[in-house]
Amino acid sequence: MTQEEIKASILDIISEIVPDEDTSQLDPDLRIRDQINLDSMDFLDIIMELRKRYKVEVPEEDYPKLATLNSCVAYLEPLLKDK
Amino acid sequence: MDYEYEVLIIGAGLSGLAAGIRLAHFGRRVCILEKQVRAGGLNSWYPFQGRILDVGLHAVTNYVPRSVKSAPLARILRQLRLSHDDLRLCPQRISRIIFPEKELSFTNDFQLLVQEIADKFPSQVDGFLKLTNSLADYAELSSPGREMVSARKVLKQFLSDPLLIEMLLCPIMFYGNCREDDMDFVQFSILFRSIFTEGFARPKLGMRQLIQLLVDKYQESGGELRYGCQVHKLIINQGRVAEVHLANGRIMQAKVIISTVGLPETRSLCSFWPAEAKEPKPGEIAFVESILMLDCLPSQSLGFETTILFYNDTERFVYRKPNGLIDSLSGVICCPNNYQEDEQMSTEGLVRLTHLANFDLWSRLDQDEYRRQKEHCLRESVEKAERFIRGLGRHIVACDTFTPRTIQRFTARQKGAVYGTPDKLPDGRTEIKNLYVCGTDQGLVGIVGALLSGITVANRWVLYGA
Ligand SMILES: Cc1cc2nc3c(=O)[nH]c(=O)nc-3n(C[C@H](O)[C@H](O)[C@H](O)COP(=O)(O)OP(=O)(O)OC[C@H]3O[C@@H](n4cnc5c(N)ncnc54)[C@H](O)[C@@H]3O)c2cc1C
Repeated sequence: MTQEEIKASILDIISEIVPDEDTSQLDPDLRIRDQINLDSMDFLDIIMELRKRYKVEVPEEDYPKLATLNSCVAYLEPLLKDK
Repeated sequence: MDYEYEVLIIGAGLSGLAAGIRLAHFGRRVCILEKQVRAGGLNSWYPFQGRILDVGLHAVTNYVPRSVKSAPLARILRQLRLSHDDLRLCPQRISRIIFPEKELSFTNDFQLLVQEIADKFPSQVDGFLKLTNSLADYAELSSPGREMVSARKVLKQFLSDPLLIEMLLCPIMFYGNCREDDMDFVQFSILFRSIFTEGFARPKLGMRQLIQLLVDKYQESGGELRYGCQVHKLIINQGRVAEVHLANGRIMQAKVIISTVGLPETRSLCSFWPAEAKEPKPGEIAFVESILMLDCLPSQSLGFETTILFYNDTERFVYRKPNGLIDSLSGVICCPNNYQEDEQMSTEGLVRLTHLANFDLWSRLDQDEYRRQKEHCLRESVEKAERFIRGLGRHIVACDTFTPRTIQRFTARQKGAVYGTPDKLPDGRTEIKNLYVCGTDQGLVGIVGALLSGITVANRWVLYGA
């Protein structure tokens, strides 16, 4: 997957979890949870959706690396390059 | 070992469906076993003389509008991938708590209750606001080893007028307390929010619509649901559920078993119960309810605009198993027509009358006497309600009464104890390794409570655990 595809996929996952939130205005360098309402259960759902869709496992110690949209892309790019 | 299913859920009530949706959504092989021919459990629906009646529905508590994102209702919707609009909730109009000396009204706007208390209990309003800020959190419910804190004691610290304490306890106890006389403060806090801070609503077309929505979601996500499938025994071997025996003779196995049928009920399904585990006792709190169908709408023809009315005729509100078959000194009167928007669609009026009841006494009656006492109880309820809905008795065209015996027969809840045992299992874990309990006996009651419980247990012990 390309960076753009990864980004689109993450936004798609977020929209599925919080359909009422507008994800088009997200600043990619700010913490996602500061911009839209996502509680800790929702955040874990993002991780589980990634596992479900792409079979990627994100260990708990890496959760902080998924804080912003850009950091998500950077973290996931090597894991998703063949998908 | 390769199992046919990873998870078996016993019971397609609200908690079982919620747990099932979570598991199926994330691709787990899951099957729900339901002994009835229909889903919904304690809050299902049934056909009655050409109508569809809700088993129990007075109100979906915890109602908040779509814009409130942090409330339990919103969190449940996100977890189940449903939208607020799917539920088609109609908010209440106004509800009342009526005691001999005073009356309080409340709506889904908490400020109205604060104003009411300021008007009627001026010396108490500061304490009431402090109480509101000191309510316990959901998280505290599942903190291990927590001792029960008496809600009555805590209330006394904030409020000096015993009448106000009784008046606040009345709706809260009726809508979710499994204990006699007093209740756990964490339970009190959760229910306080769900009733007063948040509020009441009703799915536009009743429970059938809500249950269908959940069943569809579950099945679309790949979950399997078997009706008419009663679990007869759980065979325990080396501290685990090794086999699930069905009444039809089939034997099933799974890595994890989630039971929603209640803790004492689950225990009695188990072939063995570890000596170190407590023997859970069934709860004593049970109810009778009469559903009256009327030839008119209460707000238009009888001047009754209240959605839910809680009354109590004594100085102190007595919440315990009554000495007689029922206790009509207190009760709940719910009028489903008095939710916003209902009247454009209903032609028939509906009133539900609820009282505390004594399971043991009801269960001893023979068939004839049982029928006679049901009629007697209906007359007594209607008489009591006529103070508030004048002329009610003359407008009844049909009615159905259920007792704790009915509840036990249809849902298998021992003693018809709607709110389960006081011996809750806060984190859902039992002493048997792969057996979890969710729903009422995990500690969360009501429709929203049961949904949240199913979600939490599925997340914590299956989805997050793996
Ligand atoms: C009369 C009444 C009125 C109520 N009114 C309201 C209200 O207005 N608002 C509100 O929020 N809450 C209300 N409640 C409470 C609410 O309905 C319950 O708290 C909630 O539905 C409990 O869901 P549950 O999933 O925990 O359990 P249940 O609904 O009891 O689910 C358990 C399921 O397991 C099935 N089962 C049992 N034994 C077996 C077996 N051996 N094998 C297979 N299946 C089995 C049962 O048939 C049932 O479907 C009311 C309850 C009653 C009874």
